[in-house]
Amino acid sequence: MTQFLDISGLCARIDADGQEKEILKGVDLSIPPGEVHAIMGPNGSGKSTLSYVLAGREDYEVTAGSVNFQGKDLLEMEPEERAAAGLFLAFQSPIELPGVNNANFLRTAVNAVRRARGQDELDAVTFLKTARAAAKELSMAPDMLKRNVNVGFSGGEKKRNEVLQMTLLEPSFAILDETDSGLDVDALRIVAEGVNRLRSPSFSALVITHHQRLLDYLVPDRIHVMAKGRIIHSGGPELAQQIDREGYTRFLAEAEAA
Amino acid sequence: MNAITQDRSDTLAPFGTRLDGVTDPVRKAATGALHRSGLPDRRVEEWRYTSLRFLAETPLAAPADVYDVAQIQAQLEELGLTDGPLADLPRLVFVNGRYAEAFSVLPAEVDVSLFAKTQTFGPLSCPDRDPLTALNTALAADGAQVRVPAGKKGGDVLLVSLGQTDASVSFHPRHSVTLEDGADLTLISIQAGRGRYLHNPVLEVSVGAEANLRHITLQTEGKEAACLATTYAQVAERGTYNSFVLGLGGVLSRQEIHARLAAPFATVHVNGAQMLGGRQIGDVTSVITHAAPDCISRQTVRNVLDGHARGVFQGKVYVDRVAQKTDGYQMNQALLLSENAEIDAKPELEIYADDVKCSHGATVGALDDDQLFYLRSRGVPEAEARQILIHAFLDEALGLIEDDVARTVCTQMLARSFPVAGENA
Repeated sequence: MTQFLDISGLCARIDADGQEKEILKGVDLSIPPGEVHAIMGPNGSGKSTLSYVLAGREDYEVTAGSVNFQGKDLLEMEPEERAAAGLFLAFQSPIELPGVNNANFLRTAVNAVRRARGQDELDAVTFLKTARAAAKELSMAPDMLKRNVNVGFSGGEKKRNEVLQMTLLEPSFAILDETDSGLDVDALRIVAEGVNRLRSPSFSALVITHHQRLLDYLVPDRIHVMAKGRIIHSGGPELAQQIDREGYTRFLAEAEAA
Repeated sequence: MNAITQDRSDTLAPFGTRLDGVTDPVRKAATGALHRSGLPDRRVEEWRYTSLRFLAETPLAAPADVYDVAQIQAQLEELGLTDGPLADLPRLVFVNGRYAEAFSVLPAEVDVSLFAKTQTFGPLSCPDRDPLTALNTALAADGAQVRVPAGKKGGDVLLVSLGQTDASVSFHPRHSVTLEDGADLTLISIQAGRGRYLHNPVLEVSVGAEANLRHITLQTEGKEAACLATTYAQVAERGTYNSFVLGLGGVLSRQEIHARLAAPFATVHVNGAQMLGGRQIGDVTSVITHAAPDCISRQTVRNVLDGHARGVFQGKVYVDRVAQKTDGYQMNQALLLSENAEIDAKPELEIYADDVKCSHGATVGALDDDQLFYLRSRGVPEAEARQILIHAFLDEALGLIEDDVARTVCTQMLARSFPVAGENA
């Protein structure tokens, strides 16, 4: 128990074409304040499902377990309440919003969260100044604030837009779901630096990735291996190299034997 | 066809003796046609999806000549006509179908006369074919007759119709807009009111060669009102009629437009959006006739329907044998916000030329769950997230309004209509 984020015995299923499918089968995971943890694991192990369940997506039904976030029952909260409480999910596939201007979207989100946190809303000028500065740090083209949310964005632009949202919403806990996928080395570095800038004793993150590469730039405090809906192994940052060399076979075999 | 050639005078009972004793030959012919056809019921193909049955339930008297000046002033304020971007625009204001001089400001480069004085019907309407036009022809008392001289720019002109009544009444204004060759005008029609009334306007539009008319209609009639409007537009060589209808009000509304591309290289846009809730019915019916080669027609209509609201879209594009190189596009899209909302869409292409480019389509859907979740995961409360997505859907249609003032006003009126009237009633 860390008193920050504690996931205990979490089970969740989804209704896929009329068939109930169990995806999370008892996830135990604790993340203390100020730490960055990574989750690695084979495809279909439930990594993205875990991120969606934590963010409050309604397609998943939680059947057992609990999630305590800063002393509150996270699973009882609406998605917008979770965001206000400090949780942020960077989507693996960011959603396009045709007809919604990116700057307006960002300002609406920031002010909704500020309202819920009892902070003053930002006026249009102050907001734009902040947003432009943050976009520049992520090497985003200035016109990306004027375009419709994610519409016509390249894969890399979408991921940067996620990190921009994260920066502006000032979360205390961010989940990055394969934010590195589809990025070239330069973009990867920019995105990782964006996350590193947020690192502080009051910011934690859970980084879901397939590749050791991201973890070279964004060095985690702990790495967890997830398979078949559970965390089957945990270790220090050196685990990334080991997985890169040997794959998951050994961990899977150990889990079978246990 | 027996159903519509027999005497169906009984459907005209709400109008009592108002149709008796007509002497003018045009009105007489229209009254005769109306007695034969009656008010259309749903056995008539053009009215299959929109029933006028509730009109038969209440007598519809002629409106009183007097009205409450303070109430009209309040309505004008509510519509943003006394303050904001519309405040300084010339306007022709009609109250219960009668010209209200006290509230009107005549435009500069535009000639205006009143139907009450001229009693002149234009050549474009079809009272024999269209019963609601026959009704208008029989009972029209007043209307604006607007003419922009050749080569003149008329600027923005407001045509405002206000209903204000305690009794149950009907009024039938007869408007016409003529742009001579090379003339230019933005006409913003506002249809609004309070009380129980039928607003049954007919507008005849003639766009001359190389003339350009932008016509924006903002329909925000009273909650108990019905608006059955018919527009006939004819466009000459290289002329443009660019229309947009935003439908928000009324218990029943039908915006019917017959547009005729009469000479080569003419352009017609018949765009629109409607947002309805409660038990509102909104009908957008159009017939676009390509009667000459090399013409362009465009139609994009978006519907947002909540509660038990029902949207109707009937769009026909007719391409005559001579209308080669026609370029036509038509799209109707609906967003259904409740299980009980409904859209009836009937797009039709009738093509007799062999070298044309015409496409049409229709879509129906609900709000996208992924988009909603994305917004909520960013802290936007669900109700606000829904509004953002509804706005975005309609915004793409509003973007087709070419006049900045009209687009701003439509956007403001739309924002004021949230949440959708009647919610899930």
